[in-house]
Amino acid sequence: MSQFYTSTDHFTIIPAVMLALFGCAILLFDFLVFPDPRQRKYLLIFVALAEGFTGYALYRQTEWLTANGQTSLTGFGGSVTVDGFGIFFNWIFVIAAMIVAVVSYKYLEISGEHHGEYYGLILFAQSGMYFLATGTDLITLFIGLELMALTFYVMVGFLRTDKRSNEAAIKYLLLGAFSSGFLVYGFSLMYGMAGSTKLAVVAEAIRQRPLWDPVVFLALATTSVGLLFKISAAPFHMWAPDAYEGAPTTVTAYLAVASKAASIAFLLRIFMGPFWSAKEVWEPILSVVAVLTMTVGNLAAINQTNIKRLLAYSSISHAGYMLLGLVAGNDTGINGIAVYVMVYTFMNLGAFLVVVALRRQNIIGEDLDDIAGLMSRSPGYAVLMLIFLLSLAGIPPTAGFLGKYYIFLSLIQTGHFTLAVIGTLYVAVAIYYYFKIVRSMFIRESTEKAPMATSAGLRLALGVSGVLTLAIGVYPEPFLRLAQTSLLR
Amino acid sequence: MTEVPISWFLTLSAVLFVLGVAGFLFRRNIITVFMSIELMLNAVNLTFITFSYQLKRVNGHLFAFFVMVVAAAEAAVGLAIILTIFKNRGTLNIDDVDSMKN
Amino acid sequence: MLIDTVLFYMFAALVLGGGVLTITRRNAVHSAISLIVSLLGVAGLYLLQQAEFLFAVQIVLYVGGIMVLFLFVIMLVNLDLAAKERQFNKQWLVALAAVAAVAAEIGYFIYRGKDAFHIAEPATMALAPPALGNTEMLADTLFSEYLLPFEIASILLLVAVVGAVVMAKKRI
Repeated sequence: MSQFYTSTDHFTIIPAVMLALFGCAILLFDFLVFPDPRQRKYLLIFVALAEGFTGYALYRQTEWLTANGQTSLTGFGGSVTVDGFGIFFNWIFVIAAMIVAVVSYKYLEISGEHHGEYYGLILFAQSGMYFLATGTDLITLFIGLELMALTFYVMVGFLRTDKRSNEAAIKYLLLGAFSSGFLVYGFSLMYGMAGSTKLAVVAEAIRQRPLWDPVVFLALATTSVGLLFKISAAPFHMWAPDAYEGAPTTVTAYLAVASKAASIAFLLRIFMGPFWSAKEVWEPILSVVAVLTMTVGNLAAINQTNIKRLLAYSSISHAGYMLLGLVAGNDTGINGIAVYVMVYTFMNLGAFLVVVALRRQNIIGEDLDDIAGLMSRSPGYAVLMLIFLLSLAGIPPTAGFLGKYYIFLSLIQTGHFTLAVIGTLYVAVAIYYYFKIVRSMFIRESTEKAPMATSAGLRLALGVSGVLTLAIGVYPEPFLRLAQTSLLR
Repeated sequence: MTEVPISWFLTLSAVLFVLGVAGFLFRRNIITVFMSIELMLNAVNLTFITFSYQLKRVNGHLFAFFVMVVAAAEAAVGLAIILTIFKNRGTLNIDDVDSMKN
Repeated sequence: MLIDTVLFYMFAALVLGGGVLTITRRNAVHSAISLIVSLLGVAGLYLLQQAEFLFAVQIVLYVGGIMVLFLFVIMLVNLDLAAKERQFNKQWLVALAAVAAVAAEIGYFIYRGKDAFHIAEPATMALAPPALGNTEMLADTLFSEYLLPFEIASILLLVAVVGAVVMAKKRI
């Protein structure tokens, strides 16, 4: 049994161990050391330490890979594989979790639900994401997914006395469990074909089967339902607007960014692993899903008056663009998804952070009316929001343009001209509804005078997101090189 | 060694899975909807055990075991959320728990 | 052997009968009891396929744990009114179409692919059939090959405990 328990095994999971340990530490300290609610913001120190150690561990893993000239390091008998792909996505989780934790305490205090468990849950969810990005075994991936999802069910319903938050939580939980059922049914068929739960063995078993093998197709169909649900692609997107609207805005930001990035990583692991040899089968299906997702996301966003709901539909349409990169399937496309996810993290986090600042005592601050006249009240926030919205629409010189550029480039390289044209057309639709927010901020008169709910953490996080959104757009080379390391083959 | 062919077990589990899906889509009571999900997970577990038996390997048993662990965790959190909803609204009808709209 | 076939039919009847009653009964308690019957049928099928350990886990954890939790919550919430209301969705036509699609798909592929499942060749290593459901062998694999998922599951259960407390407790 000793071959399953070596020193390199530990090395492959250190980031997740750090997250879980500090998560437990937060639970303990919250209970024993900081009984006074006003002291709870000191728990942020633990989050910072956890993210620091996680980042250091990720750095050490990268160092190890370069020093030994290897592309991947497998641990626990093939349960996890540390490679450039996993490390890249984990950096995104680290940044997202840190930013979300820093901005949360003011928002939760105003909502009257500032509890230490919240910070622990952020870290536990992140440890689930670690295994989604690095797992190479069906069981590891499934448990990692459920760890992340279960934590999010709780966090979405964290405002326990708020009816909308309860409702969002139960909808997310029921639909999430439903889709997990489909996913794991697909996994059971994969296991039946291969006799093993290792992704590499499953891939080999599927490769040896005929292209239109019914069992492969059934496994593909059921697994896809689960995966597409998790990234909120149409027609499995129904949960996203409700969950995003009802959840505390800080959780919405975490859900929209980190959970989606982790699900994309999971999707790539499955589609580029076991199902890669069946690409001819799923390529047309995913093309249709991607177009449908962009259509639903963009068209439904037009009529929204709630900013969170509008951003939810916009994040659905972004999932469609990411899927297009997988449809293209060449190196540019996969690299494009990595760039897109990175860019999407900063711009979407930024946009949600502005909504977080709109939440004040007795003001929910999620409607388009609430953001009216922001330019005259707090010009800094208005300008930052403008940058994020331009980036979300994909207008140069912001980062969003770069993300879309690589996706479209990969589509043209592989001859998917129709998809590229459709994708470009929807950019025009997107500009229209993002402009609604801009018009409300810059042209309309302010209806209320209450100042923004700001805090040092929020200003810092907004500044970082804004600077990075511009920096990636203006000087992309180092960031592109970073994304290059994430190629999965 | 049982002589019942593997396809009988698989068909049975597929039917059970569809029953779960039907319950999830048709029913309005949140608790019954939740129980339908348990039906689906049991269908999945049955598939795992069947393949395991066919392949003479224990991996499938362990996957089914993990699915049960997940089902237990999900039930604990889900039922807690259901209690909160009932406390706040006094109803567990899916159509009534739908205040957010486009 | 004939006895296996008879047992299969018996358990299958329990599973399907319980399943149908679960999703059609008006009273949530009846639904839960039917689900327990269905779960017991599934446990019987586990036993038929030499999964003794899972048979025990199914009864202890599912029937004894999860379903008791369900019944407990059903008792806590007052569903008398709910039982008098309409039980099925308004958009039943959409749901019916979706179910028919899923059922047709799965049925078709199971029918077409029923021979395909034999392709995955049984393991060649010394895994005598009587040892398949052996708890010792399960433990060997669980604590070697699946040590990592086992550890992640412990965090999962911790999150479930914390989550349930956060959701249901009045003051935290």
